[in-house]
Amino acid sequence: MQKLLVLGDEAIALGAIDAGISGIYAYPGTPSTEITEYVHASKEAKEKGIIAQWTTNEKTAMETAIGMSYAGKRTMVCMKHVGLNVAADPFMNAAITGANGGMVVISADDPSMHSSQNEQDSRYYGKFALIPILEPSNQQEAYDMVHYGFELSEKYKVPVLMRITTRLAHSRAGVARSQSREQNTMSLPSDLRQFVLLPAIARRRYSGLLGMQDAFRNESATAGFNEYIDGSDKSMGIIACGIAYNYLMENFPKGCPYPILKIGQYPLPLNLVEKLVDATQKVMVLEDGYPLVEELIAGLLRRGVNVSGRFDEKIPRSGELNPNIIAKALGLTDTYGLPEPEMVVGRPPSLCVGCPHIDSYNAMNEALRKYSKGRVFSDIGCYTLGALPPFEAINSCVDMGASIPMAKGAADAGLVPAVAVIGDSTFTHSGMTGLLDAVIAKTPITVVILDNSTTGMTGGQDSAAFGRLENIVKGIGVEPEHIRILKPLRKNHEENTQIFAEELNYNGVSVIIPTRECIQTLNRRMREKFKIKTI
Amino acid sequence: MKRDIILSGVGGQGILSIAATIGLAAVDKGWFLKQAEVHGMSQRGGDVQSHLRISENTVHSDLIPFGQADMILSVEPMESLRYLPYLNADGWLVTNSKPFINITNYPEAKAIYNEIRKIKNHILIDADGIAAELKAPKSANMVMLGAAFAFLGIEKNYFENAIRNLFGRKGEEVVAINLSAFNAGIEFAQQYLNR
Repeated sequence: MQKLLVLGDEAIALGAIDAGISGIYAYPGTPSTEITEYVHASKEAKEKGIIAQWTTNEKTAMETAIGMSYAGKRTMVCMKHVGLNVAADPFMNAAITGANGGMVVISADDPSMHSSQNEQDSRYYGKFALIPILEPSNQQEAYDMVHYGFELSEKYKVPVLMRITTRLAHSRAGVARSQSREQNTMSLPSDLRQFVLLPAIARRRYSGLLGMQDAFRNESATAGFNEYIDGSDKSMGIIACGIAYNYLMENFPKGCPYPILKIGQYPLPLNLVEKLVDATQKVMVLEDGYPLVEELIAGLLRRGVNVSGRFDEKIPRSGELNPNIIAKALGLTDTYGLPEPEMVVGRPPSLCVGCPHIDSYNAMNEALRKYSKGRVFSDIGCYTLGALPPFEAINSCVDMGASIPMAKGAADAGLVPAVAVIGDSTFTHSGMTGLLDAVIAKTPITVVILDNSTTGMTGGQDSAAFGRLENIVKGIGVEPEHIRILKPLRKNHEENTQIFAEELNYNGVSVIIPTRECIQTLNRRMREKFKIKTI
Repeated sequence: MKRDIILSGVGGQGILSIAATIGLAAVDKGWFLKQAEVHGMSQRGGDVQSHLRISENTVHSDLIPFGQADMILSVEPMESLRYLPYLNADGWLVTNSKPFINITNYPEAKAIYNEIRKIKNHILIDADGIAAELKAPKSANMVMLGAAFAFLGIEKNYFENAIRNLFGRKGEEVVAINLSAFNAGIEFAQQYLNR
């Protein structure tokens, strides 16, 4: 069988195409972006008529997927871990409505926070919603699990969550494709009230979901993604979840002497956990993310099973796992090369040469110079790098869309002027509602929407705001004379600084929109246009 | 036989083109491969690295353990030193000598070269200079690949095929330029080791 060298994300995309999805919906977010990007660019997907769309945010992605599932077709929805917070409302309730066409939700966690503001563990969301969770250990399994996930979803009529981490998402390995399924034809749910979560119906649906838990556990025990691998040394048993299994095996090239329970599917298979606990003197749990499995097995009082892992800090409580951490935890010889020489200095990411945000920040900083520091609330995107030298221009980055409501709250508390800095794509993701709050209350804030006409940080996906910003802001009710559009270029610096100064001085809501295309997407367009050969 | 390689550089320098070429050659030879990449925030001018693992046997971890890399292959000299904790005692450090300076506190290039020369097995190569001489300024990464070739455990024809496959759609001329850059790297490494 020919193997393709693909990223974990791409393996999931291939799995989705082959499993017969009709639509995939997502908002870009590292490390999940490449899944939807792959389907978006796939000729094969186009020929099959698969819809691949960047939605305004993760919540609309999830809701669109629920709608497609309602109409009987298979659908995938993808996001990064914090995106699942945005989509948590439809996600939790989709577990109650259940699915009609198969529905698989991908949430990509980022332990070690390579490109994120926290390292929350999406498995808790799956447990919270009481639905099956899949956690692949390698790229091939990721592909295979997508097929299985859709089967499981259609068998029990529930959404299925697949949790991956950065390391799997962005690592390449050989993947063999298996069967390709036809898409479903449209068919409405047999019970047309299935998706009507009025209390009386919701209670019935919830009992149904609770009633399926044993069946889900049974699937976990029998589907083959959870495997009991016996070992001769019963002094310890090891539970290895997802890619932690690889780090374990890296330490035992000739085979692991301890019995292993390899976990790739939840809820945990009770019988297999029991078998391991009964057969061994103590249990070590290896899991990327939070100590979910360890806590479950240990219990609150830790008086039962002798279990170790991240919770009792035999393994560091935070950060991504690696082979060396596992070696240390198991008391094996650890290896290390030469120390990093002292002369090696940090090289933090920075705004690109020619980035429009540079000129926006220079103008804003100059206009703000006459006020005290600490007035700028920002958001999630390339412009968050404005927190670092040489700009040191912003004072917050919390979650998508937080900048505007935070500026309003601070202004309400007396911090005037307060400034919000948000990107165009982040603004349509979840900035618009906050702006409406400020307009209704006539709060004196200055909102800067940095319009680079793309979703820049994740590699330049289409922005839902493109060509619509001014009208949206007008429609929300910002006074037209306080909507200021400018071109962030060095030659316009003085004029732009003046505009910032005027609006900072205005006792109401003003919106400044510096508009210039992202230098990366511009270069890419020019290369394509003039077919410049690059290597 | 296995080769664990840390590829390093600065976001935007294109280390993944080297990884792709080695990967293609390894798979063509029938080896297994895993390659962890950096996507996202660090690509914006930050330090980036890729863990490339090729082996006759199944590769488990996507990450190379500390102290077990057979090679650090770097397109930037200071970045090559950042990953020394990964290199095994007999490993090779193969690095481009041209600094990429996008920070204000970049150390003296001379001090970096001295540090590199302390490594038992190293090759310090002006890949950009060699590529410029060949009138192929964009092929510095293939010069780097050539400099590393002798320690990769894969025969030359697999790399030549990989280069043809990767650059073929850009035309014969681009293939020829990259092959000559690759060969120039091999030649430089031989002379460097015999000096």
